[in-house]
Amino acid sequence: MTHQQTEHANNGMAPEASITAAAMDGALTAHDGAVTAAVGAAAPERPPAPDRPISLRTENMSLYYGDFRALRDITVGIPERTVTAIIGASGCGKSSFLRSFNRMNDLIPNARIEGIVEMSGVPIYDRRVDVAELRRAVGMVFQRPNPLPLSIYENIAYGPRRRGVRNRADLDGIVQRCLTQAALWDEVKDKLKQPGNELSGGQQQRLCIARTLAVEPDVILMDEPCSALDPASTLRIEELMQELGHEYTILVVTHNMQQAARVSEMTAFLNMAEDRAGALVEFGPTSEIFTNPQEKTTEDYITGRFS
Amino acid sequence: MATRLLSGNRAERGGEMAIHAVLLGASVISIATTVGIVFVLLSESLRFFDLVSVWDFLTGTVWTPLFRPAHFGVLPLVAGTVLVAGIAIIVAAPVGLFTAIFLSEYAPDRFRRIVKPMLEILAGVPTVVYGYFALTFVTPLLQRWLLPDMIIFNALSAGLVMGVMIIPIVSSLTEDAMLAVPRSLREAAYALGATKFEVATRVVTPAALSGIVAAVILGLSRAIGETMLVTIAAGATPRLTLNPTESVQTMTAYIVQVSFGETPQGTPVYYTIFSVGLLLFVMTLAMNILGQWVVRRWRQAY
Repeated sequence: MTHQQTEHANNGMAPEASITAAAMDGALTAHDGAVTAAVGAAAPERPPAPDRPISLRTENMSLYYGDFRALRDITVGIPERTVTAIIGASGCGKSSFLRSFNRMNDLIPNARIEGIVEMSGVPIYDRRVDVAELRRAVGMVFQRPNPLPLSIYENIAYGPRRRGVRNRADLDGIVQRCLTQAALWDEVKDKLKQPGNELSGGQQQRLCIARTLAVEPDVILMDEPCSALDPASTLRIEELMQELGHEYTILVVTHNMQQAARVSEMTAFLNMAEDRAGALVEFGPTSEIFTNPQEKTTEDYITGRFS
Repeated sequence: MATRLLSGNRAERGGEMAIHAVLLGASVISIATTVGIVFVLLSESLRFFDLVSVWDFLTGTVWTPLFRPAHFGVLPLVAGTVLVAGIAIIVAAPVGLFTAIFLSEYAPDRFRRIVKPMLEILAGVPTVVYGYFALTFVTPLLQRWLLPDMIIFNALSAGLVMGVMIIPIVSSLTEDAMLAVPRSLREAAYALGATKFEVATRVVTPAALSGIVAAVILGLSRAIGETMLVTIAAGATPRLTLNPTESVQTMTAYIVQVSFGETPQGTPVYYTIFSVGLLLFVMTLAMNILGQWVVRRWRQAY
């Protein structure tokens, strides 16, 4: 994988090559795990979000469902270890865009991607890519909490078990670490054997986040993770997103402008063109998108002139 | 306004009443038939049990109602039934399950659209055809390649062919149960890096387990009640054996034999068809109740 990344970086055009190479370094340090992460959290002097290495990159990406073009020519570079919000009206392709990064769209018959989609410089739609491995590197949290019909413990252990972790002590450690990271450990530590779907909605969603952390992803995709939750649970998840944003590249689709403003450092605004295909209108630091948008449509959307 | 409001309740007008009566009548027919069948089975069986004790009937190991001395031990018939149905479910459960997994998780839409109707055709083939298929094709095939000493009427080929016959029941009910597993569960597992096989075996199958068990039980119940196939292919030898290469007689096949014979009404032999029928009814009823209980009890909350 490293070899392939290097090759790709060298083959790219000059400015991109430097970005991709940097992204590769970033990916490598992320793999070192908790130690690096802890150091990263302790050292506050991070470069501003737009200057961070690129984790996910698309170039002229289009997505088709059969003959229908759902996304048109999207070119964007998502910085690593940053919370990036994706905003836009309903049906403009935000979820489709998100699902392009873990190839969840593969599950839909007739779905087809054109253009470049890369993670840490690796073209993820390359035939050599192991999709299961990609989905471990790019975790996902869904709109409705969807714990597996298993115990709390087994929900977390599911991913590691698929990867071949069998040792009970190792699994115990992973379960405790991930539940702690997802701010759920104290609430469930005495009932790990209970079914995951008996928790409250907010707890279930944190369980789903913990489950995603257990496969040690670099990127976490979140598809309106709070839309089915009450305000208190929403607040907890938002705090969690901000914390995790120091260690993980988080891409979050949201309909809630305040949420985008609160949790994200970068914001991408998608809009539907006349032919109903979603296109990227504007991408930049959240503060600028919200206070000084460059495009009229962005301003209209943010100020609520249309939804 | 008042005239319009007070123009009469529509539900009490003639048309509505008539429709109500027709619908009620239709449902009463099936209820009345069921009650009638149970009543006849019970009352005629009671006469049989005046002649032969329930204990002797249920525990006796010799069934010779047509010979002297007549013995009325039903176990040989039960053994024949269980043997054939057991072979059938050993064939139908795995094949039906794999078919269902394939159809619900793997098959592209186009393939599914071809296979589903074919399975339905399989379910629509008259059972007499399966009977002759077992007798004139499967048995000679087994004799030629595997079991040269096997006799022509045997439990094995009847069971194997019956297994094929109930595959559509098992697979279609199982597939329904699998399709009812919410998409969000599959997505959850895929998003954690599970492969298609892991999703099918470790997420969808456990989540659909109650439906799968119910499908197998209903298939088994159908196998126990199946008549024509076993009458033609399994033989007419009530024998207490679990050897599949032997000729046996199932409960249903016995009832056919006596019903078509020249058995005078009122003799013990005549009443046996009701007692055997009642036992058969109790067995399949128990299966169906068990199936429903399993569906309720094991239904996984998701």
